[in-house]
Amino acid sequence: MTNQSDQRTIASLHRQLIRGDVSSVELTRDYMRRIERIDPSLNTYLLRSTDLALKQAEEANRRFKKKGNVTPLTGIPIALKDIFVTKGIPTTCGSKILKGYVPPYNGTAVQKLINAGAIIMGKLNMDEFAMGSSNEYSAFGPVKNPWNPDFVPGGSSGGSSAAVAADLCVASLGTDTGGSVRQPASCCGIVGLKPTYGRISRYGIIAFASSLDQVGPMTKDVTDCAMLLNIIAGFDPSDATSLDTPVPDYTKALVPDVKGLTIGIPKEYFVEGIDSEVADAVRNASEIIKGLGAKCVEISLPHTKYAVPTYYIIAPAEASANLARYDSIRYGHRAKKCKDLSELYEQGRTEGFGPEVTLRIIIGTYVLSSGYYDAYYLKAQKTRTLIGRDFFEAFKKCDAIITPVMPTPPFRLGEKLADPLKMYLSDIFTIPVNLAGLPGISVPCGFTNSQLPIGMQLIGKPLGEETLLRIAYTYEQATEWHKRKPVVR
Amino acid sequence: MKYESVIGLEVHAQLKTLSKMFCACPTNANASPNTMICPVCTGQPGTLPVINKAAVEMAIKTGLAIHGQIQKKSVFARKNYFYPDLPKGYQISQHALPICLGGYLDISTGEGQRRISITRLHLEEDAGKLLHDYGHPEKSHVDFNRCGVPLIEIVSGPDIRTPQEGGAYLRKLRNILVYLNVCEGNLQEGNFRCDANISIRPVQTEKFGTRTELKNLNSFKAVEKALAYEIERQTKLLNEGKEVAQETLLWNDAAQKTLSMRTKEEAHDYRYFPDPDLLPLIVDGDWIENVRKTLPELAEDKAARFVKEYGITDYDAQVLTDEKSLADYYESCVKSYHEPKKIANWIMNELLRELKNDDKEPSACLISPANLASLVRMIDDATISGKIAKEVFEEMYKTGKAPDAIVNEKGLKQVSDASSIEAVVDQVIAGNPAQVGQYKAGKAALLAFFVGQVMKETKGQANPKIVNELLKKKLI
Repeated sequence: MTNQSDQRTIASLHRQLIRGDVSSVELTRDYMRRIERIDPSLNTYLLRSTDLALKQAEEANRRFKKKGNVTPLTGIPIALKDIFVTKGIPTTCGSKILKGYVPPYNGTAVQKLINAGAIIMGKLNMDEFAMGSSNEYSAFGPVKNPWNPDFVPGGSSGGSSAAVAADLCVASLGTDTGGSVRQPASCCGIVGLKPTYGRISRYGIIAFASSLDQVGPMTKDVTDCAMLLNIIAGFDPSDATSLDTPVPDYTKALVPDVKGLTIGIPKEYFVEGIDSEVADAVRNASEIIKGLGAKCVEISLPHTKYAVPTYYIIAPAEASANLARYDSIRYGHRAKKCKDLSELYEQGRTEGFGPEVTLRIIIGTYVLSSGYYDAYYLKAQKTRTLIGRDFFEAFKKCDAIITPVMPTPPFRLGEKLADPLKMYLSDIFTIPVNLAGLPGISVPCGFTNSQLPIGMQLIGKPLGEETLLRIAYTYEQATEWHKRKPVVR
Repeated sequence: MKYESVIGLEVHAQLKTLSKMFCACPTNANASPNTMICPVCTGQPGTLPVINKAAVEMAIKTGLAIHGQIQKKSVFARKNYFYPDLPKGYQISQHALPICLGGYLDISTGEGQRRISITRLHLEEDAGKLLHDYGHPEKSHVDFNRCGVPLIEIVSGPDIRTPQEGGAYLRKLRNILVYLNVCEGNLQEGNFRCDANISIRPVQTEKFGTRTELKNLNSFKAVEKALAYEIERQTKLLNEGKEVAQETLLWNDAAQKTLSMRTKEEAHDYRYFPDPDLLPLIVDGDWIENVRKTLPELAEDKAARFVKEYGITDYDAQVLTDEKSLADYYESCVKSYHEPKKIANWIMNELLRELKNDDKEPSACLISPANLASLVRMIDDATISGKIAKEVFEEMYKTGKAPDAIVNEKGLKQVSDASSIEAVVDQVIAGNPAQVGQYKAGKAALLAFFVGQVMKETKGQANPKIVNELLKKKLI
């Protein structure tokens, strides 16, 4: 029912809503029909907030009529990874342990979206507690990649990336701890941004690893990403780790010009073992950017090989404490017929947590335990500092760094389940960015011969989102990847 | 074998801030269960802590008052364990880098002053309260009102050697916290809590013995009794050639003994690590100096000043400065009427007795400082006698009325007019010829009898000095 190029981006739909070509309610209903028809084969939605969405759409209609209080997000159907706490709307974090949990408050990013007039279509599937790279660790079934349902959509924000790619929502908010926005964006051919740590408030996202988690917009294109970032970025007094720096208008960075910029190519990221189609696609992208006026230099990030082990000590450690609150005392799944407190805890958590979450809690507890803290946790934190220093040095020579997002194209469902380490290694290029607290964006840059999307990552200096958006926008405008759509029935 | 006790005390004090340590909930102690809560202090998914600045300031204030070094950088850490009153499954505390290191308290023992070192002071949040027997035989209830209330934990060095010293240390520490207005200081109510660590070792040796931890000490007396009991228990074990097991013991006040709570093997590994939700707490020198300037005069210094300024005894000064409210009361009286020694006596002998009987605070006393001062002045200018003054005082204490109002109402004014007294004196002499004869014969002590009779006739209002003079004159 939406006419014209069927771009279905925030920017184009906003223009249509302003012009009155379509009403917010009509648009919302259109998306609802699409979800009903298409989602059963993809399994992106855990919950559809139909009543709320229609109410919000009617309110949006009123806003447009009055021509007051209208933002680019007003009337735009958005869906949220089920890690975002939503008041009155059940939130599971992809886990059985929170089945039926209805939060008493809205998180900050969510509230900002609601205040801007966005339509909350529902909560999206994800790897349980954001621990995963394929959305196969969800307690509610895997998500299928809209480009090919035998393949994974990436994770942990797999529901978000698949829903955006399949037009089941205009844009989505995901979260990224070790790559969980950028990697699924790459797998589904969309744009995914992880901003500088502290740029967006973490108040209201269910915590996985506190020093690594960040909210990330997942959108059709770079313009939408900037528009969404404008709404949700900013200092939050409820989050002591949020940055107290002003939020620029990120859409002003959308200038197709990279002259004078230097792009670093880290030699450690282009070694043996990377799939040739991926390496080629990313190298081609860097050639195109060079052709558009940027300089390319080789840089070194010598501690790259320690990033994954470092991450898999720090993240589980923080998670083991963050997930301790799921003890069935105040909310969540409670085991029946327990004879004492120990049993209540053990049985409930055993029943409620999936195997990957359990594994990481145990690892996390171990690396913090007496006698092991120094050798593991402390050592990992020191290594983290070294990894951050690598980037600090590298950024003396360049303005942004280009890398693949994943070492392989999207893989088949079930392919990496047998070996968790194999699964962990798919995050090798995204993890260092979280460890260093830097911004990173994933942008489509090609397809494999079997028509699966390939993404490239641009890494920026702290609070360097504008530079990233500029380079990404310039590249995007010079290519057509973002205009391709998967065929979904 | 002679043993010496090695005792260290750990105090947890609730801070009198308006809101909790990491959220904006009120710290109202007496609210209905689960009414002073929010998503943060009940550990809802997605919530985050934010530091309460007022709590930090109280910690700095306390650290300065106990002569500690305020650390410019301190770090909050997660202390991980599972219990139903701990919603997040961890307590936010401070571990490796507390806000204050070092410090000391000087206490008075039987043998003079002793200095007890303080190891550290840090900030943390309180847990909720578990209620068993709350109307259901098979269920326990949790009240999260207290969860998140700010605490400071003060750890002494192992310098305390006797239960009495332990009591003295605690009383002094409590006194300071109340003086600073950072804590209510009430053990029974649980806003000032104490755990003890105790071991014994042969005298003149350096090596520490195995220590036990004592909990559930709900009064100063309980602390001293529990320590005494534990010293005896450990001494007995060692004398029998047995070993002291490292364990946590609960003091059972009813049974007056300690009972094992958990052994070393069951002890928690808290897996402390810096809380990634909070930035390191940076306190700059200016802030510390500003807080130092707001420190009130503490009891010790006040007592010394009282002795110097008012000329009262050390003992009196100590009693009067033990509670800040009493010290302030005393000084208000003296300001009204500058007779510090007399006023000290009235407070120590009369007022404190009444307050103690009624279990009242000086601030709850109905006698205003101005009125007490007035009473003393009225004795000095002979408006009333000392004896009558005691009567007036009692009425003042009961009703809060001013002394002159009471004296006028009851017609208690001292009669100093010699001529009116003389009439009564003559009457009494005339009416008691036998005693007069005995007195004249040499029984000088009978003067008191005549004085008594005159006072009886005048309902105590005759000026005793004048009565004495007149009688002496007339009985020659």
